[in-house]
Amino acid sequence: MKILRRLLDSQHSKFAKGGKLEKFYPLYEATDTFLYTPGEVTTNASHVRDGMDLKRIMSMVIVALIPCIAMAFWNTGYQANLQLSEMSFEDAVANQGWRGDLFASLGGTFDANSLWSNVLLGGLYFLPAYIVTMTVGGLWEVLFATVRKHEVNEGFLVTGMLFPLTLPPSIPLWQVALGISFGVVIGKEIFGGTGRNFLNPALTARAFLYFAYPGQISGESVWTAVDGMSSATALTALGTAPGPVGMGAVDVTWWDSFLGTIPGSMGETSTLACLIGAAILIATGIGSWRIMSGVVIGAMGLATLLWGIPSDTNAVFALPAYWHLVVGGFAFGTVFMATDPVSASMTETGKWFYGILIGLMTILIRVINPAFPEGIMLAILFGNVFAPVIDYLVVQANVKRRMARNAA
Amino acid sequence: MEHYLSLFVKSIFVENLALAFFLGMCTFLAVSKNVKTAFGLGLAVVVIQSITVPMNNVIYQNILKEGAIISNFGLEYLGLICYIGTIAAMVQILEMTLDRFFPALYNSLGIFLPLITVNCAILGGTLFMVERDYNLPESLVYGFGSGVGWALAIVALAGIREKMKYSDVPDGLKGLGITFITVGLMALAFMSFSGIKL
Repeated sequence: MKILRRLLDSQHSKFAKGGKLEKFYPLYEATDTFLYTPGEVTTNASHVRDGMDLKRIMSMVIVALIPCIAMAFWNTGYQANLQLSEMSFEDAVANQGWRGDLFASLGGTFDANSLWSNVLLGGLYFLPAYIVTMTVGGLWEVLFATVRKHEVNEGFLVTGMLFPLTLPPSIPLWQVALGISFGVVIGKEIFGGTGRNFLNPALTARAFLYFAYPGQISGESVWTAVDGMSSATALTALGTAPGPVGMGAVDVTWWDSFLGTIPGSMGETSTLACLIGAAILIATGIGSWRIMSGVVIGAMGLATLLWGIPSDTNAVFALPAYWHLVVGGFAFGTVFMATDPVSASMTETGKWFYGILIGLMTILIRVINPAFPEGIMLAILFGNVFAPVIDYLVVQANVKRRMARNAA
Repeated sequence: MEHYLSLFVKSIFVENLALAFFLGMCTFLAVSKNVKTAFGLGLAVVVIQSITVPMNNVIYQNILKEGAIISNFGLEYLGLICYIGTIAAMVQILEMTLDRFFPALYNSLGIFLPLITVNCAILGGTLFMVERDYNLPESLVYGFGSGVGWALAIVALAGIREKMKYSDVPDGLKGLGITFITVGLMALAFMSFSGIKL
C-alpha cells in the first residue's frame, strides 16, 4: 500500500495551509485518517489512560451493530416474502416495482424459506435507505466541515448507520434524505459537530420524520415491505385493540419477538441481535452498562406496576413487563441510542438516573399515551433534554459533600 | 383526588406553558444562561403562579363572571385589567415579604421577581383558568402545576445552555438564534406527552 501512502503524501502540500485546495483540507484529512492512523503526535505531557479515541469508539459501535444489520437484511426480506409468496410470481414482481424487476433478474424467488431470497429482498430495501442516508448526510457533513473548517468526524458513520435501521422498510427515499438532513444539520452541525450537540442526531432525524410524515412511519401498513398489505406490530395491535382483549391482540410469540422474526423497523426487531451488540459495547467499555441497566430497571418497574392495574379500555396495560423488553424498539434504543456518549449524562451517578428516566418514560408513553404506540424514541429525546440538569445536580451534590467533609 | 392528580400532571407535562404553548418566552430565553438563576426564577414563578391563579379565580368566579353578582350583569370585560392588577400587587407583596423575612432568597432572585409581573406565562395561566372555568381547588392545583412545568422547562434549558458553552455555533446563530433552535428541539422531545388524555 506504499503507492497509496505516497499518493496521499504528494497531495498533502496542495491541501495544507496556503495550498491550492486549502478549502478541501477536511476531505483530504478524512480520507487520510480513514485509510491510515493519524500521523500527529502529542508534544506536551499527555495523560493517557487508555488508547480509546473517537475513531475506535465509533468503529466499535459499527461492529456491535453488525448483528442488527444482518437482521435488517434478512428479516425485512423474510417478512415481505411471507406475504409475497402467497401471490403469483408476476404479481409479486409488479408489487415490488423496480425492486421486483431487479430481484427477479438476480434470481430471487419470493420464497420465505430461501436465505438468498430473503437477504436479497431485504437488501433491496435496506441498502437504498442506507446509501441515501450516507450520501445526503455525508454531503452536509462535508459541506459544514469545509465551510467551518473542522474535520469530518467518524461520528457520522454511526449516525448514518443507526438512522436507516430505525426506519420502516417502506419509507420513501426522499423522506430518508429529508430526515437525515434535519438530523445532521439541526441536530448536530449547527451546534458545532460531533460531541457538541445535545440531542442524538439519528433520533432527531427520526422524530422529525415521525411528526412531519406520520403516515409513512407509523400505523399498520408500513412495517412490511409489501404494497397494500398491512401487518401491525405488537404495540400497534395492542394500542388499537377494541375492548378488553388484553394479550389476545398479540399474534406473535415471545420467542418470535426475541429473535426478531416479526414486522417492525428494519434493524430493531431482534432483541437477540441487540443483546449481542450490547455485549460487545459493554466488553469494550464503549456503551455504559449503567445506562442500559437503568433503562431496563426503570421500564421493568413501571411496567410491572401498570400491569397490576386492570383496564377495560386500554389493552397495553395487559402487556407484562418481560414482553415490553422484546417488542418495538426497546432493545435497540436501550443499547445503541440511549448510550450515545454525547447526549447522555456524563457523570456515573447521573447515568443511573438518566437511564431510569428513559425507562419510565418509555413505558409511560407506550401505555398511557394513546397517540404513540412506541415510546423509546421520544423517551430518549426526553432523557437527552434532562441529561445536562442531571449532571449538574450530581456535580453540585458532590461539591456539597466534599465541602462538608473538608469543613469537618 | 384522582381528578386533581391528573390535572396536576397535565399542567406540568402535557400542557407545559413554555414548551407546549411557548408562553413566557422573553424571560425563558433571557434568564436561562445558568442553572442556578434559572432555578431561582422558576421557584419565583411557582410561588407567584400558585398564589395569583387561585386569587384571580376568586375574583372571576365571585365578581366578574356573568351572573356572579347580579344576573345579566357581566363584568368579564374588566378581566384583563383586574388579573394584571392582582398579579402586580401579589408580586409586590411577595417582594416586600421576602425582603423582610428571607433576605437571602430575595437577594438571589434580584430583578427577576418584579420582572415576573409582565411574564406572559403568569397571565396565561390565569387566562387558561378563566377559559376552562376551573373552581377554586382546581385553580390551586393548576396554578401550582403550571408553575412547576415552566420551572422544569427553564431549568432544563439552562442545563443545556451550560453544556452548550462547549459548542461551536456559527456566528450568525450565536446567542438567541441557537437558543430558539434549542427550545424548538426541546419541544420536539416534549411532544411525547401530547395526546395523553387524563
